[in-house]
Amino acid sequence: MGGFDFDVIARGAPFIWGGMLLTLELTALAVTGGLLLGIVIALLRLSPLKPVSWLAAFYVNFLRSMPLILVIFWFYTLVPKMIGSSISGFQSVLIAFVLFEAAYYSEIIRAGIASVRAGQISAAMALGLTRLQAMRYVILPQAIRNMIPVLLTQSIIMLQDTSLVYVVGLRDFLTTAEIVANRDNRPIELYTMVAVVFLVVCFSLSRLVGRLRRKYSL
Amino acid sequence: MSGYNWNWPILLKEPYFGWIVSGFGSTCAIALLAWAIAFPLGSVIGIARTVDNRIVRGIATAYVDVFRNIPLLVQMFLWYFVVPELLPKDLGSWVKRDMPYPQLSTAIVCLGLYTASRVAEQVRSGLESIPRGQRYAGMAMGLNGFQVYRYVLIPVAYRIVIPPLTSEFLGVFKNSSLALTIGVLELTSQARQIEEYTFASFEAFTVATVLYCLVTLLVILLMRIVEGRTRLLGAITAGG
Amino acid sequence: MIELKNVDKWYGTFHVLDNCTMSIAKGEVVVICGPSGSGKSTLIKCVNGLEPFQKGIITVDGVSVGARETNLPKLRSRIGMVFQNFELFPHMTAAQNIVLAQQKVLGRDQAAADTKALALLDRMGLADHAAKYPAQLSGGQQQRVAIARALAMDPIAMLFDEPTSALDPEMISEVLDVMVALAEEGMTMAVVTHEMGFAHKVANRVVFMDQGAIVEDADKDAFFGTPRSERARLFLSKILRH
Repeated sequence: MGGFDFDVIARGAPFIWGGMLLTLELTALAVTGGLLLGIVIALLRLSPLKPVSWLAAFYVNFLRSMPLILVIFWFYTLVPKMIGSSISGFQSVLIAFVLFEAAYYSEIIRAGIASVRAGQISAAMALGLTRLQAMRYVILPQAIRNMIPVLLTQSIIMLQDTSLVYVVGLRDFLTTAEIVANRDNRPIELYTMVAVVFLVVCFSLSRLVGRLRRKYSL
Repeated sequence: MSGYNWNWPILLKEPYFGWIVSGFGSTCAIALLAWAIAFPLGSVIGIARTVDNRIVRGIATAYVDVFRNIPLLVQMFLWYFVVPELLPKDLGSWVKRDMPYPQLSTAIVCLGLYTASRVAEQVRSGLESIPRGQRYAGMAMGLNGFQVYRYVLIPVAYRIVIPPLTSEFLGVFKNSSLALTIGVLELTSQARQIEEYTFASFEAFTVATVLYCLVTLLVILLMRIVEGRTRLLGAITAGG
Repeated sequence: MIELKNVDKWYGTFHVLDNCTMSIAKGEVVVICGPSGSGKSTLIKCVNGLEPFQKGIITVDGVSVGARETNLPKLRSRIGMVFQNFELFPHMTAAQNIVLAQQKVLGRDQAAADTKALALLDRMGLADHAAKYPAQLSGGQQQRVAIARALAMDPIAMLFDEPTSALDPEMISEVLDVMVALAEEGMTMAVVTHEMGFAHKVANRVVFMDQGAIVEDADKDAFFGTPRSERARLFLSKILRH
């Protein structure tokens, strides 16, 4: 195999950079969509209407018991059949990610709200605030502070998860690197490069989250 | 879904039924064997992250940082395509040619080492959540460092981490699906194959989904029983 | 029996213990008091090496606590310690808490350790609670089990780190009664506490600490009569006013 050939990485770089852009775009869109849907589901779970909260709980637990790959396959093969027209692979994968990650985000949000001591809401209501005001001014500010680091950590995991689009051949960072690896028969260089890039990026981001957590911890 | 040809009975026909059974078998085998690596190794690493010795702690921390910050799929490729090339020649060629069940074994090792880093984090946070006074109390009565862990900290920590470890254990079943990328015919992969052969996509994926959900329910039920058996009478948060 | 000589300790740049010197003779009861954050808990934890210190010498029964060659677990097994938050082990019954170190450290057999545990629980008035878990006991009961756990090791001295400050008021006396009885039996004791009634009753000496330093070390009567330092006088007036 010879020594470690950096040149093969350099030659493949423009193509792989295109893959990286897809990875980042998918992550950004999936985080945004997943968060928005996650908030809605968390609120539904906290709803006083039992059937609503049960339905939301079912959604969360159902998706959390499924492998992400299977969810990707479901949407990649079935969505076109269901709506009768073709959508792009990127769109179907994005839908899968949003629905899947929303289940995880909603759990984090729910736990964040539950982590605020019950005495706080009593204290707020004893001052004459309504339940809604207590939520808005007392509970949520504390809850958000508790959950932001966890939400960020989940988003780093999500960045790693996007590599799974490989299974449907979408040309993300990993898949483009794999294409180059096969073309030039240089798997060692390219897979090592992918691992190192993910390691550096995700490690730095998690350090940042750790610093944030310490800075804002109550 | 108009015009879709439902064909549930096809799942009971051979070879498809056999595929499902063997796929489910592989999924369970990968998950259980990977857990057999992850649980003891992760426990050791998690404990190592809380000891006073800086070198031990540093090594354990590095392990967790590396394994948690590279996507599992990339790790799978590293173990399958890269590591055999880096091994000493004899070992490398044994791995490539003679190792039994090469894909399955690789998947198990990869998933086991990855999950160990996650187990380690749970064990560490369990240990750290025990008030410092418990460690002092153990030391004050003359227990040595090993005994303090063995008799005081670990029995309590494992009770604290049972719920988060349940979700890691479920994770091992879900993550075993990544083995399909290196050619292991586990449950998801078999569902995919049935879909390709029969076009019964809905049926094939449904059966896989149902089986994953069954595993989840079963594990949660089992862990509830374990939790009930080992429950502390709500004492951990007292004092502090 | 316990000697501290010019002990200094820093947390980073924070000077927790400032040149502390004191001694406790065999059979003596010394009460250590002072405002919170004055370093009294840290001082007492240095005596059995739970907290390291950077300068000075501490010896217990002639053994140097800070020396590298000292077998700390062995030394600690000879000194009993009682904590503010009891620190019973939640996964063990009261009896098991008392048996653990007897077996694992002293190597006593099960039967001997059990007998000792039950005898001590009986002495604490807790004979009926041997099989209960800490969470099933009240704070006062838990602290008495903790004292029994320390006594089971046949210690040469006992250290108490604010043993009653986490207790509800009605439970304080049941713990203090046990401690008074111990003192009257001639146990060597160092007690960090604000219970001046206890000090009045059984202490030989009172040590007053402030900002990491030992400000006053006097006979009980001298301390309560006319403390020499302004800070000790202020402290006493604050806690005795009510």
